[in-house]
Amino acid sequence: MRRLLLAAPFAVLAAPAHASTGEAVNPWVALAYLVSGVFFILALRGLSSPATSRTGNRFGMIGMLIAVVTTLVTHMPQKVGDVANSYVGPDFASLGEILVAIAIGAIIGITIARRIAMTAMPELVAAFHSLVGLAAVLVGWAAYLNPGAFGLLVGDSIGAVSKVEMGLGIAIGAITFSGSVIAFAKLSGRMSGSPILLPARHVINLGTLAAIIVLTALFAMAGPSETMPLIIALTVLAFVIGFLLIIPIGGADMPVVVSMLNSYSGWAAAAMGFTLGNTAMIITGALVGSSGAILSYIMCRAMNRSFISVIAGGFGADDSGAGGGEAKEQRPYKQGSAADAAFMLEQAEKVIIIPGYGMAVAQAQHALREMADMLEEKGVEVKYAIHPVAGRMPGHMNVLLAEAQVPYENVFELEDINSEFAQADVAFIIGANDVVNPAAKTDKSSPIYGMPVFDVDKAKQVFFIKRSMGGVGYAGVDNDVFYMDQTMMLLSDAKKMVEEIVKALD
Amino acid sequence: MDFISILSIFVLACFVGYYVVWSVTPALHTPLMAVTNAISSVIIVGALIAAAAADVPGAKWLGLLGIVLASVNIFGGFAVTARMLAMYKKKEKK
Repeated sequence: MRRLLLAAPFAVLAAPAHASTGEAVNPWVALAYLVSGVFFILALRGLSSPATSRTGNRFGMIGMLIAVVTTLVTHMPQKVGDVANSYVGPDFASLGEILVAIAIGAIIGITIARRIAMTAMPELVAAFHSLVGLAAVLVGWAAYLNPGAFGLLVGDSIGAVSKVEMGLGIAIGAITFSGSVIAFAKLSGRMSGSPILLPARHVINLGTLAAIIVLTALFAMAGPSETMPLIIALTVLAFVIGFLLIIPIGGADMPVVVSMLNSYSGWAAAAMGFTLGNTAMIITGALVGSSGAILSYIMCRAMNRSFISVIAGGFGADDSGAGGGEAKEQRPYKQGSAADAAFMLEQAEKVIIIPGYGMAVAQAQHALREMADMLEEKGVEVKYAIHPVAGRMPGHMNVLLAEAQVPYENVFELEDINSEFAQADVAFIIGANDVVNPAAKTDKSSPIYGMPVFDVDKAKQVFFIKRSMGGVGYAGVDNDVFYMDQTMMLLSDAKKMVEEIVKALD
Repeated sequence: MDFISILSIFVLACFVGYYVVWSVTPALHTPLMAVTNAISSVIIVGALIAAAAADVPGAKWLGLLGIVLASVNIFGGFAVTARMLAMYKKKEKK
């Protein structure tokens, strides 16, 4: 019974939920957190179409505001008087510290959000995941050090169930943190994208995971004086395993990893929600956890990779020599110029553009949109076809096109547009490669076999912009599309080539 | 709240999450990740509780640091989502 009363205006809402003191949870407070959770659901619901998405985002902000204000009001920092337990009044200095902490975070967050390039979204998201993970670890530790404030005391020690939840929250948070740091380093090029394979890594990883589970159990059962070394060991091991889990995963699988870490950050929040008995946190954790899991699944399906094989790692080495080998025979191909391409594009009725990440690397999206605009003015129907793995994270290519002011109604997903290639006069491939490779349909020995690809071979004419004939796609396989009769290779930097086409169209 | 009530909310929320996320258009998957990032920072609630309790200084400082980290995510996440969503435009009618 450390705090009896709160300042009068807050009297209705204020009833610290201390399990130790037997006080019931204030129903209004519980209701506020529930409302906040519902707003988070609405925030995701809004994303079902671009038209409702902005409202959805606002719902998310409202939900967060409700959760934060409710917590601040019910846990207003208190001054403690000279006599133990005597009430003096709200501790505004302490409240000030909290507001300063929020302001610091806000300034950093908004500055980053304004400046970040859209091509750098994957590493930004990875960095943000690491912060959620670390915050979960900090909250878990704070709850461990001050269980009274969190209402976790049963008698004078923390309840066993709370300790399991706390241990899991810290472990998942720590894995999210160190895993995301590695993902961030790989995505931003601060670390090589090629997998780092330790010998016996599966044994090491499984052993570490088992050790974490055992430590959590020991931590839950240990007496109050013995818990400290256990929770320290648990935290350290979890940081280590997050690191070990991500280093063997190659650059090509990073979209799956980012989605997976998204999921983990959700489960970490949910575990903390269990510890605190907070519905807003539990609902959010469940939403984010399922969201990341579904996105991982979609990415795996788009690459025809099983989740297990992604986690096991080793794929996507930069120097992968799979398929074809060194002694590739020289096959004949047709090469064209920007003027040739412009001429045929003008004559076409329907053009489907297939952009890949190479387009974004070359910063060709604005020139591409200009080209599409000119063609549309000449009465050509232009559509964009997006493969789920076209960018470096789920939906990345759509954002890059949106940034170049391509209207979203012209942008189609693989399964929605694939049947239209038969009616297309031109398939215009820019910066993509593996996603149009017919080997995925026909060649069982190909590393990309089974991956859904665009049927560009059905189009009357194929233009393929590529820097040179030398480089092959991520998966390191040759592409039959280069050598088809109806294919014209446009060998140049993507941006330069598109700009030349634009000039020729004028 | 007892464990079973909390578990019920959690399990039901997982199902809600499953259906809501499948209804998200693939074109908005990147903003989806950014906004889930922002809302999972509702973990700030825990950090606020820790920072507001003055009796254990260690926990208070962990809480304050947690508030900074979660705030970066909340403000950064919502702001970058808003920035992305503002770019999704319909075709201009001529």
